[in-house]
Amino acid sequence: MSDKQRITVTVNDQEHDLLVEPRTLALDLLRDELRLTGTHAGCEQGVCGACTILVDGKITRACLMFAVQLDGCSVETVESLGSPDGTMHPIQRAFSENHGLQCGFCTPGMLMVTQELLRREPRPDAETARAAIAGNHCRCTGYQHIVASVCAAGRAMSEAEHQHVDRQDVEHQGARA
Amino acid sequence: MTDTTTTDPAAATGEGFRWIGKPVKRKEDPKLVTGRATYVGDVNPPGMLHAAILASPHAHARIVSIDTSRAKALPGVVAVLTGAEAAEVVGPMTAFCAEPVPQHAIAVEKTRYWGEAVAAVAAVDRYVAEDACRLIDVEYEVLDPLVDMVEAMDPAAVKVHDTLEGNVVFHADKSYGEVDADFARADRVIRTHARWHRMGAQPIETAGAVCSWDPFTASMTIWSNSSFYNFLPWSFASMLGISTSRMRMIPCAVGGSFGSKHLLNKVIAISGALTKVTGKPVRYLEDRLENIAANDNVGCDRIYDGELAITDDGEFLSLKLHCIDDYGAYFQFGPGQHGCALAQPVGPYRINSLQYEVSAVLTNKVQQGFFRGAGADHGNFILERLVDAAADELGIDRAEIRRRNFIQPDQFPYKIPSGNVYDSGDYEGVLDRALTLADVEYWRAEQKRLRAEGRYIGIGLATCQERTAYNATEWWFLYDNPPLPATSTPESIKIDIDAFGGVRAELGCPVWGNSPQTVASQVIAEEFGIDPADVSIEHNDSTSGAISAGPGGSRLTVMLSGAARGAAGQLREKMIRIAAHAMEVSPEDVELSDGVFRPRGVPTHTGLTFADVAMKAHLFKQTNPEGESSGLVATYTYDHPLASMPTEDRKDTGAFYPIVSHACHIPIVEVDPESGLVTMLKYYAVNDCGTVMHPKLVEGQVIGGIAQGIGAALMEEYRYDEQGALISGSFREYLMPSSHEVPEIVLEHQETPSPVTPYGVKGAGEGGRLIAPTAIAAAVDDALKPFGVWIDELPMTPERLVEVIARAEDRAEDEESGR
Repeated sequence: MSDKQRITVTVNDQEHDLLVEPRTLALDLLRDELRLTGTHAGCEQGVCGACTILVDGKITRACLMFAVQLDGCSVETVESLGSPDGTMHPIQRAFSENHGLQCGFCTPGMLMVTQELLRREPRPDAETARAAIAGNHCRCTGYQHIVASVCAAGRAMSEAEHQHVDRQDVEHQGARA
Repeated sequence: MTDTTTTDPAAATGEGFRWIGKPVKRKEDPKLVTGRATYVGDVNPPGMLHAAILASPHAHARIVSIDTSRAKALPGVVAVLTGAEAAEVVGPMTAFCAEPVPQHAIAVEKTRYWGEAVAAVAAVDRYVAEDACRLIDVEYEVLDPLVDMVEAMDPAAVKVHDTLEGNVVFHADKSYGEVDADFARADRVIRTHARWHRMGAQPIETAGAVCSWDPFTASMTIWSNSSFYNFLPWSFASMLGISTSRMRMIPCAVGGSFGSKHLLNKVIAISGALTKVTGKPVRYLEDRLENIAANDNVGCDRIYDGELAITDDGEFLSLKLHCIDDYGAYFQFGPGQHGCALAQPVGPYRINSLQYEVSAVLTNKVQQGFFRGAGADHGNFILERLVDAAADELGIDRAEIRRRNFIQPDQFPYKIPSGNVYDSGDYEGVLDRALTLADVEYWRAEQKRLRAEGRYIGIGLATCQERTAYNATEWWFLYDNPPLPATSTPESIKIDIDAFGGVRAELGCPVWGNSPQTVASQVIAEEFGIDPADVSIEHNDSTSGAISAGPGGSRLTVMLSGAARGAAGQLREKMIRIAAHAMEVSPEDVELSDGVFRPRGVPTHTGLTFADVAMKAHLFKQTNPEGESSGLVATYTYDHPLASMPTEDRKDTGAFYPIVSHACHIPIVEVDPESGLVTMLKYYAVNDCGTVMHPKLVEGQVIGGIAQGIGAALMEEYRYDEQGALISGSFREYLMPSSHEVPEIVLEHQETPSPVTPYGVKGAGEGGRLIAPTAIAAAVDDALKPFGVWIDELPMTPERLVEVIARAEDRAEDEESGR
């Protein structure tokens, strides 16, 4: 086929040096080449949001982007969430605890949207959460539990942050004492 | 407030149950939230090829010739099949019950709907496969398309299938009870028309299959998102032309179905044909356009005329329903959607008799299949519209007229005129609770206040049965001579306990958005007195022999509970016998509590742990009771608890959908009469699905169903142009609710346990969508009362609503000038 292009892309903190066809979608690169199948193809028309990833921290439809456009970029997918020891990311935990998913197909996209939202808006209210997920279709849940999940994740992460700050304060004061 | 309001599950159902009714952690979640679940698009065996199809650009055309030589010559292409070539390696697709015409997955000779496959390609990747499709040269002779179902009924119309007498593929006119006598004694007859347009499930994951043929052992392995691999696996085998005993169907995680992923034999036939000619695994996964245009599973497309015979006191006497249903180009599922509607044609009301007439019509569109509600959704719309019309004509409050006609709690089990049985219910209780929950008086005051400001808000109310746990007789009782009058709809589970006491269960059903793993673990934990977290769950494939109909017809929680309780019970009894023998007491004197077997009434006894007894069962044959086999494994098949046969004369359908949930919904809407835009302001719902198995999961089902019902009420619609081309082939045209279109939903449960199911559970999978469209229609005409609007057509798109308002205004003007 056409001449392959060389790209360097960092996906979930791992750098890849790849040869890709110019027409290969970012979605297919992730799923077929890198075997990161957590990112899902729902409509391939840019409407449903199931393939949402973060590219340099920005919400991106992986089905509307060519792989070559990722050259030099840093990509985050659902596989970036959670730890190898089995600890879920607070966003994942919040979705599970609040039943923010049923079939799970739209979920990776929803999680990435939430990740982006909470970085700029750590404690969203329900209205903000609802607006943030409006570009992602879920056919199962009716969104209500997703909205609750996003808010709960914000609360959990903010509280963890405060506890972390408090502990640092205590440790700091302890050191001073 | 963002959370739904739910009754305290412990207060409601906690009596005697430790895990049933409790919001335990959902077992399905860890794989799903980490992106580790395997959907069919993630299955990638070595050497796998990718398939693409060439779709017909015509709704009705003769295929004069197909030349695939240019496609075959493209590097990377491994096989190209026309319909005729595919038909040499795989047979026609399985029909559910009776097959008026054979349907091939790839069209042979003629294409009968826009988007129908006319050729398929297998290539090294999907890109090359799609390139190859563009190199296939097809010459078509375009024929007149049949787009309108009423025109298609004309005997002079073009025929969709030349081998059939006409386009009315099925007609039935059934009377149950004394319809004429009841109409004769009525004070008046309420009439309304209803039109429900074509909609579809649109799961976010499309349908697909990976088929892998091994020509040396003549065996095939199939991964798919079909749910019928453990119910009708032989039907796939016969379609594929392979031995039933040499086929293995492996379930995948399913990215939503809503009824649309039962048979899925088109994707299996296409990948099956391609793997048979290439000898390599082939994945055919529909793209979005293919799923919308050609997935064989769109919802019903109905025109109703309804008549309700009533007294001047508002008592319902008899119901006549005349229905024309546009089935599209094929009749794969027969009149099953009308069998389903006959589960509850009279709703929660005492209605003595029923006439049900249906004409199933073929047109040049993709065929009907099942979509959440499966025909009962439309039936509820016409019935509830008749009830509202009766209330309005008599000047009786819409809630009050329902109250006067409800089946009463002491009348259960209640047999409806056509024969189905309702097991239990308390409909007035649900209605009262809904009226309180919604605070209707507050909203009436708001309505008045806002109307003075020129704003139009409306309060809707609808009640609804949710027939759950179907039996197979619904597929065929409308036929006089059905070719396959099946009567089984079972669910199975296998449970084994290892030598360390580890409990593992294998389900015969897939996860398609519901929560069978969680439910099974709750039941098993309940029966063994252990923690659900300690129950490991897997899904077996079609070779297990554990026949399971899987999800569908809101049956799974009921039926899986029965299976899990049955298998757990067998193992518990065996363990008790072994424990009793070891403790030298009789089995009747042993109790199992918190995972320890003890002599009954001796809580201080050390007893034997679950693991102690498991080890004895596995390795200590000689010291176990005589005749007790080693090991702990049980497979249990639970059959329908309350199904009965239709009568020979078909005057009685028998009980086939008898576990009946109920709901009352009160949506609040605002309508802008200028633009026709309907905004959902608030939504109140009271649901009764018997014992709530898991409050959060039931909430999820009901709220998700309501969201789909909002789509059905306001936006979802398949649209075709005059030539039969689909013009709503993407999510930009086929609109579905986003988070902005779904309001806050306030949900409560009433619990009227079923007397015939395990733990009293009833199904809850479809109720939200069964009722919401009707309730919202009532809200819209309540909002637009000053215009005299009556809603009889769904969806109420802005365009349609503006027209309806204009027509109502014209009518009012005519009446005024007439005066």
